[in-house]
Amino acid sequence: MASSAGPAHRFLARFATHRFAIASTAALLLLAAVLLAAPLVENLMGIDPDRTDLLRRTAPPSLEHPLGTDDLGRDLLLRLLYGGRVSLSVGLGGALLAAVIGTAVGLLAGIAGGRTDAFLMRFTDGVIALPILPLLIILAAIDLSKLPLLGLSQGADSSGVGRIIAIVALFGWTTVARLVRGAVLSLQEREFVQSARALGAGPWHIVRRHLLPNVAAPITVATTLAIGNVILAESILSFLGLGIQPPTPSWGNMLTNAQELIWAAPRLAILPGLMIFFVVIAFNFLGDGLQDALDPRLVRR
Amino acid sequence: MLAYIVRRLIGVVAILLGMSFVIYGLIGLMPGDPIDLMLTADPEVTSEDVARLKAVYGLDQPLTQRYLAWLGNALQGDFGFSRLYGQPAIEVLAPRLVNTLWLMGISFALALLIAIPAGVVAAMYQQSWLDHGINLLAFAAFSVPAFWLGLLLILLFAVSLDLLPAGGTEPVGGGSLLDRVRYLVLPVATLTLVTAGTFIRFTRSAVIECMRELYIRTARAKGLSFFQAVWRHALRNAMIPVATVAALQFGTLFSGALIVEAIFAYLGMGKLIFDAIMGNDYNLALVALMLATAVTLLANLAADVVYVWLDPRIDYGK
Repeated sequence: MASSAGPAHRFLARFATHRFAIASTAALLLLAAVLLAAPLVENLMGIDPDRTDLLRRTAPPSLEHPLGTDDLGRDLLLRLLYGGRVSLSVGLGGALLAAVIGTAVGLLAGIAGGRTDAFLMRFTDGVIALPILPLLIILAAIDLSKLPLLGLSQGADSSGVGRIIAIVALFGWTTVARLVRGAVLSLQEREFVQSARALGAGPWHIVRRHLLPNVAAPITVATTLAIGNVILAESILSFLGLGIQPPTPSWGNMLTNAQELIWAAPRLAILPGLMIFFVVIAFNFLGDGLQDALDPRLVRR
Repeated sequence: MLAYIVRRLIGVVAILLGMSFVIYGLIGLMPGDPIDLMLTADPEVTSEDVARLKAVYGLDQPLTQRYLAWLGNALQGDFGFSRLYGQPAIEVLAPRLVNTLWLMGISFALALLIAIPAGVVAAMYQQSWLDHGINLLAFAAFSVPAFWLGLLLILLFAVSLDLLPAGGTEPVGGGSLLDRVRYLVLPVATLTLVTAGTFIRFTRSAVIECMRELYIRTARAKGLSFFQAVWRHALRNAMIPVATVAALQFGTLFSGALIVEAIFAYLGMGKLIFDAIMGNDYNLALVALMLATAVTLLANLAADVVYVWLDPRIDYGK
């Protein structure tokens, strides 16, 4: 009560002490601006990022191609920019979808309690224990058009962005579910929730007005930390040829042929991986900074 | 304790059963079924032949029927034939599992060996430049794409310096023990590095947690130096959660091993699973995935049991 500054100010003050997090935020904002400007760069250069030029494969950097060309003669800079848009969209989309699923499962388990809670948490623990990558590979490899129920045609979502987001979210929701469930269990014992209930508030009202605002901070941290993992998962699947399908570029599928390319043009094997590395580490630092800044237990250290 | 283990084992069996059904169903959705593959081999097959073949192999039965037939055989130890290797699937598996366990075991031990001193030092000198440096390295280690790190190591040690083989498990025609070690260096280095980062973070926070405990204050009051108090008392107690959490990373470690095996063409379980899925070798993919899941679940159970055994304050017996 006696605190002179508001919670937002305290949050910013604490976040500012995490130097890596500050640097990461700046770097991510800059990257976002550059990636948003990709169509502008394309117009400026007057090159189509999907146009192949078999006579100029793996060309070294030049005025026309500042970073040179890839193994099909496409401009590397433009591929990196458009690939970044795809990789980042998958990272943000997958992490958000996972957070939504996790929040729903956690709320349901925490509020329903009893057998529902026991079943959902057993299920969550089961999913956490699974060897995830082989399962991701199977899910990425199956042919959904074989499922007559869904009525999907082969042509829908040919780049695979939507499918990868869904697959990654299928395994990414567990952290948030546990977090939300734990928070809901302890919040329900608190006076402000009990008094709201005593005053006749319905469960939906309590969820919206009392539970969600109080779990928003940990969910934000977990989601931020998940973005990096989703981007890594996308890059692995795309690298193996099961993720984002060419000609749509992603940082992962730009590395599909990297194993051969490191002998001929190491630049093509290094740059996309470097981008993945920097973005993932930036999101992890950002999440760490948010955690430090939002977790009041760490104040008196 | 025994009741707890039995209950957990029942849970493991339940998850395995559920998984086997899900994976069986998913594999049926992969492009190209066994009959398709026969069709590509023989252009003179007619549609009557296809119907007859489907009946012979039971593919005209509904999914649940086929699954139960598979399960019945599996319970008797018959996991079917591998299409790619022309051997019973289970026989293909065994040597691969051994290779993977070597890769994972060595990397796990090395990662702990690096992470524990690094984590303790970071915890002792919190917020110093040393702590920040170790933290930066730890973040880099768990943020780097494992397959790309492997490629960089190949580029450096196999292409540029020509010191180590770029991939494989052993030289053609087999080799000495030293040769086998040479083939292990780069895969192990990659898996160790990507694993150590997480372990450093675990160790650091566990030691910080312990350093706040009263017995550390007591030890200091009795005249132990800060250094002695941490290494003799805090570290011992911090090791319990660290070892447990590390062992619980088995599934993650296995995923890492799969990537590393794919990059270095190392003949382990991960590469086997990947090749089986890509090569329409359903029987092999199924049994390999089940085995990987079973080993992971059992490793987690073992971690929990050892945790209880090491820390008498915890009681799952209730």
